[in-house]
Amino acid sequence: MEEFAILLDSLVYTRSRNGKLKLIADYLRSTPDPDRGWALAALTDGLDFPAVKSSTIRNLLTERIDPVLFALSRDYVGDTAETASLLWPEPPDPPAPPSVSEAVEALSAMTRTSVLPELARLLDRLDANGRFALLKLATGAMRIGISARLAKLAFALAFDVAIDDVEEYWHGQTPPYLPLFDWAANGAPPPSAENVPLFRPFMLAHPLEDTIVDMVDYVAEWKWDGIRVQLVNAGGETRLYSRSGDDISGTFPELAAALQIPAVLDGELLVRGSHQGGEEGGAASFNALQQRLGRKAVPKRMLEDYPAFVRLYDLLIVEGEDLRGLSWVQRRALLESFLPRLDPQRFDLSAVIEAASLDELAAIRERARDDAIEGVMLKRRDSPYVAGRRTGLWYKWKRDPLLVDCVLMYAQRGSGKRSSFYSDYTFGCWDGDPDQGAELLPVGKAYFGFTDEELKWLDRYVRNHTVNRFGPVRETDKSLVLEVAFDSVHLSKRHKSGLAMRFPRINRIRTDKPAHEADHIETLKALVRD
Amino acid sequence: MRADRGWIQPEPWGIRIVPADCWIDPARPVELALVTHGHSDHARGGHGRTLATPPTLAIMGLRYGLDGGGVPVDYGETTSLPGGVRATWLPAGHVLGSAQILLEHAGERVIVTGDFKRRLDPTCVPFLPTRCDILITEATFGLPVFRHPPVEEEIARLLTTRAANPDRCVLAGAYALGKAQRLIAELRLAGYAEPIFLHGAMERMCRLYEGFGIDLGELRLVADVSKADLAGQVVICPPSALTDRWSRRLPDPITAMASGWMRVRQRARQRNVELPLIISDHADWDELTATIAEVDPAETWITHGREEALLRWCELNQRKARALAMVGYEDEDD
Ligand SMILES: [Zn+2]
Ligand SMILES: [Zn+2]
Repeated sequence: MEEFAILLDSLVYTRSRNGKLKLIADYLRSTPDPDRGWALAALTDGLDFPAVKSSTIRNLLTERIDPVLFALSRDYVGDTAETASLLWPEPPDPPAPPSVSEAVEALSAMTRTSVLPELARLLDRLDANGRFALLKLATGAMRIGISARLAKLAFALAFDVAIDDVEEYWHGQTPPYLPLFDWAANGAPPPSAENVPLFRPFMLAHPLEDTIVDMVDYVAEWKWDGIRVQLVNAGGETRLYSRSGDDISGTFPELAAALQIPAVLDGELLVRGSHQGGEEGGAASFNALQQRLGRKAVPKRMLEDYPAFVRLYDLLIVEGEDLRGLSWVQRRALLESFLPRLDPQRFDLSAVIEAASLDELAAIRERARDDAIEGVMLKRRDSPYVAGRRTGLWYKWKRDPLLVDCVLMYAQRGSGKRSSFYSDYTFGCWDGDPDQGAELLPVGKAYFGFTDEELKWLDRYVRNHTVNRFGPVRETDKSLVLEVAFDSVHLSKRHKSGLAMRFPRINRIRTDKPAHEADHIETLKALVRD
Repeated sequence: MRADRGWIQPEPWGIRIVPADCWIDPARPVELALVTHGHSDHARGGHGRTLATPPTLAIMGLRYGLDGGGVPVDYGETTSLPGGVRATWLPAGHVLGSAQILLEHAGERVIVTGDFKRRLDPTCVPFLPTRCDILITEATFGLPVFRHPPVEEEIARLLTTRAANPDRCVLAGAYALGKAQRLIAELRLAGYAEPIFLHGAMERMCRLYEGFGIDLGELRLVADVSKADLAGQVVICPPSALTDRWSRRLPDPITAMASGWMRVRQRARQRNVELPLIISDHADWDELTATIAEVDPAETWITHGREEALLRWCELNQRKARALAMVGYEDEDD
């Protein structure tokens, strides 16, 4: 536990992403199983101990210290776990501290009735930093800005393995990830994905910007304004994954039920209907889809009013055969011949756009009035399906207005009737490749563009993801992607990013997109027309 | 009940001793001032006459100029003031020359602690607990979350970090009066014999300490050496210089800060500190409460700090206490 406590403390005080990566990697290399696996799960909020809550800690403390003194301390420190770690009366001869796995085992065994004395026994064995680490681990509220992606990168760095492999093998693994460590650290064969519905990392596109491509080599497809999903059937089970690899099967049960053949499909999740501007039977706008996102339980009426379907882009694996090494043309042919085996209510094909040149494509893109179209995709005809964003293979070409995906950095309380809400948002873009240690630079501030419902949601998000406070401003853990719409962007000496946006507004909350995939400053710079 | 004891009156800008017509640590210029120690929130220029220990007068002379109005008093020496008041300066253990002031009048004893701590400090005389009827104490760290760890542990962390980063330097922010010299002296006690590098603003105070016989080992100025010479070294600067352009002349510094506030992570993060060192020149919660219990006054008055929690502790322990709303005592000279 001491090493984990030191790691946690160092992470709190380390600002740079590279510094954090190195700290975690060093810890993973030098710590034995299963402690390192539990620690990794704790850092990425992957552990849950239902018996231990923030109120449990308060109760435990006020049994030992005057409630007024506790409340004054809590107000000053701003964090219950930290307050408790500092106030805990240390026994004169503390027994040896527990290991991380010992602590995890003890915490999992606690019940609502046993938690007070058992948690006290653990706290008695630790010093102030150890108590802080234990309580953070127990309540699952680390809030130290470590995303799952950062943890995986650190894992890759620690054992010198490819991040794509880590992403692929990670899914389906549970803490303390013994097979994963065995593979990366000891060279054992990777965990088997044969009969498990695992997520495969998505292939992604670069923005086209000023690149000129020859339509002889590339094929054009619509880019739909839904959410990118992967549907996986294996071992008799089907799972639906979002962009970030989150399992969202429960939110769209009709889709998970619709694929009964062992396969991995890539497509855009849309809802059907004429709601809000969509054509009858076609895809509705993103607003309609929004009604269904983020719900754990789906009311029956929702299923009827907003039926979901997947517009297919690609076929990765079918009946045990991995197609990812084939060209797009070959995969497309296989996808087309596979489609008749699927329920037409739930699946259709994303149409290929016939265009002989980029200019012709630009004209078609401009005429497209369908709300559900976000832009067009350009895919190299001979490109295999590879994880991540590879130069020259896929491009995205978005429609106006100008849109950029930013990461929420700070939020400030509004004024007037919004004074109780965090309603002014400062967001940033990466100043390079976040996987190579880039940092976020603030690029703008917006306080409109969202609905009242979204404001409530954002306010709650800010409060739950605060890592720092400065007066009325909260710094968030930089985990939320906001799609920001704006009229134009200009060079500016007054801003650290060197850019100023005109009329930025929050166009959409992208809970489906991980922060490291937000846009780079370069993308925004390319839009400058000064 | 004699609410203000008549002869001793707390005002927002200082404590007034009525029969002697003088003030302790006044925040505005007065004819006769009794000063506990040299920090700027307690010692100010512009008084007619200033009674303080010789080091405190020297510090005030260095910082504000005294215009010849300084009257030196040694620890333990009793001075008779007008109106039958006797004043005695007793060691407070806070910084060089820091004192508690014991006041006696009509058979009643009042102690004004100024700022104080109970831990041993190689740069000053330890606090001397003394019985009194009214204890007028500070409460800078008057919350039970403030328990300063042993200073040796903090020094060891600094030295470990330094050793692990031979290409970088450890840049420690420390207040120019007291904290900086204590940090240096504690490093020496831990056996660190390398030269220690100073920001220019630190030099005169360190020399003043040396003049009073405090050995700080070899000190050098950052301005006199090249960037490469500073790799693997310890550099000490005022807290304000930590994020200043000045620090760009250092080789990839690891930012440290020596302060009691570093106990709370949020405070350390607000200062962008990478290596928080919990080293304080004030009493922590346990020392504050133990001192009140030990001195055992009939009443405890609290000048500044987190008085609410200390008042609560007094209430829980059946001790009579009140908070004086003193202004101008900042708690940043920790
Ligand atoms: Zn002081
Ligand atoms: Zn003070």
